[in-house]
Amino acid sequence: MRTFGTPEFLFIVYALRWTLTLTVIAFVGGGLMGILLALLRIARSRALRGLTTFYMQLVQGLPLLVLLFLCYYAPSLFGVEIAALTAAAIALTVNSSAFLGAIWESALRAIPRAQWESADALALTPWKTLRFVIAPQAIRLAMPSTVGFLVQIIKQTSLASIIGFIEITRAGQLVSNATFEPLKAFLSVAALYFAVCFPLTQLSLWLERRTARRGART
Amino acid sequence: MSVVVAKNIRKSFGALQVLKGVSLTVEGGEVVALIGRSGSGKSTFLRCLNGLESIDDGEIEVAGHRMSRKPAELRQLRRDVGIVFQSYNLFPHLTAGENIMLAPVQVKGLPRQAAREEARRCLSLVGLGDRFDAYPDMLSGGQQQRVAIARSLAMQPKVLLFDEVTSALDPELTGEVLAVIENLARGGMTMILVTHEMGFARRVANKTIFMKDGIIHEEGPSAEFFSAPKTPELQAFLRSEVG
Repeated sequence: MRTFGTPEFLFIVYALRWTLTLTVIAFVGGGLMGILLALLRIARSRALRGLTTFYMQLVQGLPLLVLLFLCYYAPSLFGVEIAALTAAAIALTVNSSAFLGAIWESALRAIPRAQWESADALALTPWKTLRFVIAPQAIRLAMPSTVGFLVQIIKQTSLASIIGFIEITRAGQLVSNATFEPLKAFLSVAALYFAVCFPLTQLSLWLERRTARRGART
Repeated sequence: MSVVVAKNIRKSFGALQVLKGVSLTVEGGEVVALIGRSGSGKSTFLRCLNGLESIDDGEIEVAGHRMSRKPAELRQLRRDVGIVFQSYNLFPHLTAGENIMLAPVQVKGLPRQAAREEARRCLSLVGLGDRFDAYPDMLSGGQQQRVAIARSLAMQPKVLLFDEVTSALDPELTGEVLAVIENLARGGMTMILVTHEMGFARRVANKTIFMKDGIIHEEGPSAEFFSAPKTPELQAFLRSEVG
């Protein structure tokens, strides 16, 4: 039987790159989809707004774990084998898109109507108004919650361990099983999560204080 | 030549009829003051003139553009019509200079350097030549309102609309904004102002219009309008305003 030593610890540390890979995919993919969703939610077309609302409510009403199982097992119905990484990336991206979309929608809505109106009165097109007047203010407003949600994504990637994807939680399980020292294994896992998340939560707090202090200014 | 022609404008918000057939003609270089109690429809009428409110009936032609619901045509009209709001509505994430440069660059396609010079010129016109790099929240209300005026001027409008632009200001800051508007009047700018500053309307406006319950109740050259109001309603209104 193995004891918990440096190699075991390093095994968990190396798995961190998969936690981070999954996080980056979910954040970038979910972010791009989230931008689209937020814009569709403030669009003129009722049909588009309705469809977007349905998607967002549906995703927000499902446990991420269930979403993960669906993404992992559903393709096999069509005889397609899907890699755990792919399934996890899709599930996390879909989940993040709904939440980031909601965060950014509310930031867009928080910009006073008068800002749209005065840009309108200056003959700016709706797109240019969004690009130069509304979005810059909304982005600053949404920064703290966006970074806060990034921390959520990092922690959510741990669920991918259940479909056998080896990120740090799964790595911790494997080490625990091999050494019968679950406490050491999962304390290492916890320490790694904290090391990654703590600076981000600090950043989020700092951004929040800055937004409160400066208002919408740069 | 008439810069603004509005014929028989009607407008309702739901069941409430706010404008019940308002007509107005403004010649180039003329300054027209719109007065009346709140709820009389004067601000709504002003906002109809650049399409911020759509009209239910009537005709509007401003600076040679017919009022349209088509966004592209509406933008053509708005290029020639400036509006200044009660609450300034500057873009808080942009400096005073950038606020002014935005529309000339993005709407008219002016090169940035030319836009910057134009912005400096407009800021000097409102007495803020040294505040190009200041953010709105670093400026007083009066200064912000003057930046808002400069922002409108930079589009070289053929007519400027003022919607109670001093109502949110302390009395001591009101003067500096009114002085800027008076300067523009002297420079021949065509202007329509919704205002509660009776003394200012009397001194600067060629024509004053009293609105009540969605119609023009009385109008006339400012001098006689204020010294010899004809209708009892206007007499009562002027008494209450002088208070």
